Amino acid sequence: MGVYEAVIGLEVHAELNTDTKIFCGCPTRFGQEPNTQVCPVCLGLPGVLPVLNQAALHKALKAALALNCHINQWSRFDRKNYFYPDLPKNYQISQYDLPLAEHGYLEIEIDGKKKRVGIKRVHLEEDAGKLLHEDTGGTRDRFSMVDYNRTGVPLIEIVSEPDIRSPEEAKEYLENLKTILQYIDVSDCKMEEGSLRCDANISLRPAGSKTYGTRTELKNLNSFRAVYRALAFEIKRQSEVLDSGGAVEQETLAWDDARGVTVKLRGKEEAHDYRYFPEPDLTPLQITEEILSGIKEGMPELPQQRKDRYMRELGLSAYDATVLTRSKTLSDFLDDACRLGAEPKAAANWLMGDIMRILNAEDKGIEDTPLSPGHLVEMLSLIDDGVISGKIAKTVLEEMLFTGKTPNVIVREKGLLQISDASALRTVVEQVVKDNPKVVDDYRSGKEKALGFLVGQVMKHTKGKANPQMVNSILKEVLDG
Amino acid sequence: MIDRETVEHVAHLARLKVTDEEISRFTGQLSQILEHMEKMKALDVNHVPPTFHVLEEMVNVMRGDTRREPLSQEDALNMAPDPAPPYFRVPKVIELGVDQ
Repeated sequence: MGVYEAVIGLEVHAELNTDTKIFCGCPTRFGQEPNTQVCPVCLGLPGVLPVLNQAALHKALKAALALNCHINQWSRFDRKNYFYPDLPKNYQISQYDLPLAEHGYLEIEIDGKKKRVGIKRVHLEEDAGKLLHEDTGGTRDRFSMVDYNRTGVPLIEIVSEPDIRSPEEAKEYLENLKTILQYIDVSDCKMEEGSLRCDANISLRPAGSKTYGTRTELKNLNSFRAVYRALAFEIKRQSEVLDSGGAVEQETLAWDDARGVTVKLRGKEEAHDYRYFPEPDLTPLQITEEILSGIKEGMPELPQQRKDRYMRELGLSAYDATVLTRSKTLSDFLDDACRLGAEPKAAANWLMGDIMRILNAEDKGIEDTPLSPGHLVEMLSLIDDGVISGKIAKTVLEEMLFTGKTPNVIVREKGLLQISDASALRTVVEQVVKDNPKVVDDYRSGKEKALGFLVGQVMKHTKGKANPQMVNSILKEVLDG
Repeated sequence: MIDRETVEHVAHLARLKVTDEEISRFTGQLSQILEHMEKMKALDVNHVPPTFHVLEEMVNVMRGDTRREPLSQEDALNMAPDPAPPYFRVPKVIELGVDQ
């Protein structure tokens, strides 16, 4: 088998989180009743005039700047012509030869090695509608149903250079891109709702070669995991074709996630001839220094900057800083908690430990829970003040995450106060010693381990509320005394 | 310059049904237009800045991100020849046939 190098490029579409569509005032809300967010402009009725939404332009520019792009001073929209019922006008307003921005890059890190993936271009366009083709055995076998609510939602298309060399790099690129877009608040990036979509191009070439092999285009990649698996599958499939002396055919393939294979979609001979031409209904765009400086001023801290700050100012490790900054809401939470007086490392440990474990198990983000930074700070001070033990804090935390109650209320309601009353603890210790004569003998005959069992029994009797340091010392007093 | 196949291809892309007679006529007309363009190429336009948009005098016309009341579903669907509420209904198309 030959040794091949994969050459991968990704094309990402992100829906911008504006209130209204790109060329009309229809709302962009997701999940509404079909065909209720439409008007003459987005339905493509004759005689209407599209007008660009300024917020869409500004968000697109923000994304382009965050991706280190050169912003073209002059830009324009073009019509991409094709007939398909998800597109009521029979053309999509997009950008062709004068995109908003070009020549950027995004940094990724694999096994501690940094690498720049080039961004070929970032352009603005309108989204298409949604088609339903269910085979219900009824009329839908002969028809397709169309919902135009999504038609005209602003999109940015972000095209990478073919700089990606492995499925791992592709996944890292997408994760970083998503994080950046979320940090700068231009897109929700929810793949499950289609607000972030990805197509991939992949070809193989002999390792060390500088020329490109024949590529295939992969569609229907509905999660980062699907992107990873589809690319891994294509690498294997194309390798086998080349090893057997065959040639890879240039074609569009759809990823079948259930079967874990790519399937033929359409050959190149059917590829569209889009006949782009300048959109005469929209004015050209002149991106002045004034517009750009306004957007630069409003640029928030980017993930990489936040990661560096966590390492520099909070003393977090590179790994911890990476994990925490991957989610904007999680690191915003940490920042808020620190502002309210939390010790950064303690807060970071709770976030990365128990909180992320529960969030992952529930498949939620921290913003989906009633937990507030103030509650975490309150819990941390209860631990510091010896009111609850670290072990009890785990119970309190879980309750906080699900109910939104404050830790003080939870401790009171559930009777979780740590028992630090020496005489109360002594009573329990004496009872445990009396009930376990054999273990006590073991301890006295030198088996230090037996002490642990007795501590455990005391904790059991007190439902974990006993102050562990005090239990230890009282036990020793009673046994050795 | 323009052959019959090109005319047929362009007509297909625009979903236009053309007769044999029309194909011959358009082949001639389109060729004449392109020949005329070729002639214009001979002009010296070095001192003329290229036109990159028909609206060069007007730039950055935009609207604020404010909502306007959409059409009612009923009004939207009633304009279509074959609505199937809550959807527009069209002849069956293949899945994933398009760049999006």
